[in-house]
Amino acid sequence: MTPFQTILAKELRCFFVSPVFYVVGAVFLFISGLIAHLMTANAGQQAVRFLQIQNTYAQLNLNELVFRSLFYSLDFVLMFLLPILTMRLFAEERKLQTFELLLTSPVGINELISAKYISVLLIYLGLLSLTSLTPILLSLYSSFHWNPILTGYVALALQGGFFLACGLLASATTENQVVAAFLSFGMILLIWLLGGLGSLLGDTTIGTVLAYLSFSEHYDRLVRGLLEAKDIVYYVSGTVLMLFIAHRVVDSHRWS
Amino acid sequence: MITVQHVSKHYGRHTALDDVTFHVKTGEILAFLGPNGAGKTTTMRILTCFMPQSEGTATVAGFDCLDQPMGVKRHLGYLPETPPLYPELTVDEYLTFVGRLKRLTPRRLASRKSHVIDQVGLGSVHHRVIGHLSRGYRQRVGLAQALIHDPPVLILDEPTVGLDPKQIIEMRGLIKSLAGSHTIILSTHILPEAMATCDRVVIIHRGRIVAEDSPDRLSSRLRQSEKMSLTVKQPRHDWLERLRTLPGVLNVLPTAEPNTCTIDCQLEQDLRETLSQFVVSQGYGLLELKPLSLSLEEVFLQLTHQEEDAGIGELNDLDPIGQSSRNEQPPA
Repeated sequence: MTPFQTILAKELRCFFVSPVFYVVGAVFLFISGLIAHLMTANAGQQAVRFLQIQNTYAQLNLNELVFRSLFYSLDFVLMFLLPILTMRLFAEERKLQTFELLLTSPVGINELISAKYISVLLIYLGLLSLTSLTPILLSLYSSFHWNPILTGYVALALQGGFFLACGLLASATTENQVVAAFLSFGMILLIWLLGGLGSLLGDTTIGTVLAYLSFSEHYDRLVRGLLEAKDIVYYVSGTVLMLFIAHRVVDSHRWS
Repeated sequence: MITVQHVSKHYGRHTALDDVTFHVKTGEILAFLGPNGAGKTTTMRILTCFMPQSEGTATVAGFDCLDQPMGVKRHLGYLPETPPLYPELTVDEYLTFVGRLKRLTPRRLASRKSHVIDQVGLGSVHHRVIGHLSRGYRQRVGLAQALIHDPPVLILDEPTVGLDPKQIIEMRGLIKSLAGSHTIILSTHILPEAMATCDRVVIIHRGRIVAEDSPDRLSSRLRQSEKMSLTVKQPRHDWLERLRTLPGVLNVLPTAEPNTCTIDCQLEQDLRETLSQFVVSQGYGLLELKPLSLSLEEVFLQLTHQEEDAGIGELNDLDPIGQSSRNEQPPA
């Protein structure tokens, strides 16, 4: 086993023995299930109303009525929950002083950061894949387009991956897990609000740049079913940038 | 095996290490002695490549700590002051994790693991979760972690801190048994510990090396006399003067406690028999007679006092107490 695989395996194990993971997982799945149920019930009510008024079965667009709202709500849930998953990654190592063990072992900081990031990404993708129960169950009773749902999941995966990288960076800066969680929450919220600021400034150069920097317009396009390279480039480069800064932060502990 | 040359470390404007130079030969045990904040941990962190020095060069097993950190890390086992343990893992899982981090092959890892578990005495707890272990066992797991890849160089930061006396003796025995095949640096602020385990002692104070020698020579250099404490039941009014006349007694001083005095005797002379016979023959009623050893506090007071008196430099050449003029015996 390479050190990368070793750290990855240990991180995954630590998730599965930690109550935090189970609480976050349970809350995430419960909330996503509840939202899906509410949206579906809402769509059902609209169908009934349609039937009463026009006396015909309406061709309701489930993609719009259920899934798009579901993806927007899940995005919001992720902003709150993912910082809880990432907060321990480095903060705990520093608290336990195991950071010294890792940095005095023949392991590169690259391997360390990538192993930790991949571990939490796998955990998140695992949780996300469980929410696919909603479209699978709905497809038994109704018909809708699968492509926007797939791009929606791509959006959730990329968005979550970006949030996790922000969380990893926040965790690398402190030895206090609560501080790490709030810091990453603040970072994500700030990046989100850049979009609001951008649209406030309208079509000016600064406005366009700010709107581009925020993830909301990129997420929006993917959820609406538009799979464009520029959005994927945005997420991948944002994630890599956060991980790169985290690398510098971890390295800089040695110099302080 | 380990060379440190003119190494300094600055934290902003604070200087943690100031031009430190020392060498450790293969198979030697070197003790780093100093009060808290003297720079022991900083030196160890530089040697383990955890942090870089500001100036100077440090090499371990022929690898430069700045330029070839991976080479250094492969040849080095490090036990930090707080053992770096994951409380949610079992001892077995933890040692497997560390062994893989140190890039051991699976077969070698299995044999090393069982060997190390035996070596540090973890056989009875190897399947238990580390979070449930006592402080002494955790310290042993920390040492096992440092030994797992059988490194030629071991760096142990206060390995006996927090252990009970029996565990301390076991730990010292273990460290001594590793000498010869391993080159060891350990830090401590307990003088007898350095005396008991090490070939050479480096005393560090405020980031500077103030003395470097073998434990015996160091303590005899620092000691101007053997000290005894004597307590009697019914002394006569002139008992102190009478004690002073005994051969080999340099000075007698009363202490705060009643009927007790401290006797300075000539170095390398055991006057206990003479003293007890004298006290008994005079009918003072002997209650207690015990030798007093020079404590680390006194060593430090002497060394740091010297430092302030002498200013900077040449401390190693100083005769800290001017004993050579008074005492003809060469240091042991």
